[in-house]
Amino acid sequence: MKKIEAFIRHEALEAIHDRLAQMGLPSMSVTEVKGSGRQKGFTESYRGARTTIFLRPKLKLEMVVDDVDLERAIDCILELSHTGQPGDGKIFVLPVEESIRVRTGERGPVVLESHDH
Amino acid sequence: MEAVAIDTVWVVVAGCLVLFMQAGFAMLEVGFSRMKNAGAVMAKVLINMCLAFAVFWAIGFAIAFGDGGDFAGATGWFIELGNPDGVPSLAYSAADENTKWFFQATFAAVTLAIVWGSMLDRVRFGAYAPFAIVFVGLIYPVVVHWQWGGGWLYQHGYQDFAGSGVVHLCGATAAFAGAMIVGPRIGKFRDGKPVPIPGHSMPLAILGVLILWVGWQGFNAGSWLAAVGQDLGRVIVVTNLSGIFGVIGATIVARLLLGTLDIGMMGNGAIAGLGAIAGPCGFVAPWGGAVIGLVAGSVMVLVVLGVDRIRVDDPIGAVAGHGGGGSVGVLAPGFLTTPSAAELLGGREGLVYGGGLTQLGWQLVALGAIASFTFVTAWATFALIDRTMGLRAPEDAELQGLDIVEHGMYGYPERFIEVPGATPDDALPELAGAPAGAATAPRLEGES
Repeated sequence: MKKIEAFIRHEALEAIHDRLAQMGLPSMSVTEVKGSGRQKGFTESYRGARTTIFLRPKLKLEMVVDDVDLERAIDCILELSHTGQPGDGKIFVLPVEESIRVRTGERGPVVLESHDH
Repeated sequence: MEAVAIDTVWVVVAGCLVLFMQAGFAMLEVGFSRMKNAGAVMAKVLINMCLAFAVFWAIGFAIAFGDGGDFAGATGWFIELGNPDGVPSLAYSAADENTKWFFQATFAAVTLAIVWGSMLDRVRFGAYAPFAIVFVGLIYPVVVHWQWGGGWLYQHGYQDFAGSGVVHLCGATAAFAGAMIVGPRIGKFRDGKPVPIPGHSMPLAILGVLILWVGWQGFNAGSWLAAVGQDLGRVIVVTNLSGIFGVIGATIVARLLLGTLDIGMMGNGAIAGLGAIAGPCGFVAPWGGAVIGLVAGSVMVLVVLGVDRIRVDDPIGAVAGHGGGGSVGVLAPGFLTTPSAAELLGGREGLVYGGGLTQLGWQLVALGAIASFTFVTAWATFALIDRTMGLRAPEDAELQGLDIVEHGMYGYPERFIEVPGATPDDALPELAGAPAGAATAPRLEGES
């Protein structure tokens, strides 16, 4: 099992969620985050006083997938969040030791499967 | 002498009520826009109000109310205040000439505000000035002249007391043309289906509706341009009956068609009911006002769905509220004008009072003339702006928000950026001062 942490543009989320759901991978968590990377900051001007904002709003999409689903999930996020401009985001993959469904107590990759799988 | 003073005071008060409608538009529009554009909406409403007054002062008033013929006026540039003859087309009112200009200027500002409502969240700030010059300087005044300036529609007995056609239909038609040219917001239509882009604050939107409602009292009852000897009370009653039945009609139809008690539809029901009664309010009985409101509120819901279906993105429903409601208000006198009102104000009595089809025919002619003239001229203006300087904000500005890209600041900064001291520190003040970084390296530059 692997955890995908993808930092993406707001506009990309809906298409990614729809596609992943179609692929049988509907489980995810999304958080609003602020971050800085290669995309430059922007300037806020308030009555003539200026300040540079380094932190831009992004979405963090987190999902845990079975190893066999990893590449196609990454491909999906990669394709749909790509614009070619700085600020498209980054994807990280982390190992996951265990997963447990709270309702049933089930353990392992079975937890990651969607109901209609 | 006393009558002049009373009329003048009423026209000023009514003009202030109509002016207050700008606050209503500001709240209505910001409620239906997204947080990232909240500041830009405020700047838009403010600058367009000022542009409308400036252009109406210079040229609009002369074309609308000056002498010159059946199609457009051509006297009274820069209003020529102090002219002893005043403005002949407004001579029926004893009120001071300056206050008549003020009252009419607030109408021009309302009409311009209606236009931009359909194009929220995606228009370049630079497009406002050229459009205001053409719209308030030419398109709107010509339509006004046809009716209130004594032009050809007035001569044929078209009945439009406070502007269901002249203001609301005219503004909404231009709004429709503009929304078609500027195109839908990014993400509004997917696979041909409309995607909801909810406004960020229903409380502000409905506050806007209620402010507009208050303003509408002056809009309609002030259109006598006089108080002494005029039937202000009936206009007020008719206006409010139409507004409330607009809300009731929209609520019921939205519940039947959509299955929900849609808050935005309820608010737009008020706009439709009040826009629909602007024209007939001097002509119909109270029960007529109730019927007009009910029809207008119901029609409005259908127009919202129709506009979505043809893939035109109108975030606040300006086309449906002002256009749907306005159209109902243009046609209604053909059915509902009372014999006594027709005798007092001109035209013929309505169909239900046995007046025949002639009046309804001229109301239809007015509907077609106002809508087609406004659509063609507004379309051409928007197309020209679009081709030359650009009507639509760049994609990047639309995605980031017009606030930060066009104005360099946010309407709601705490939502988007770190603001020093925006949230209370949980440390007790006597135990912890500001962090070292905050004290030694102030991030704001240029502040004296």
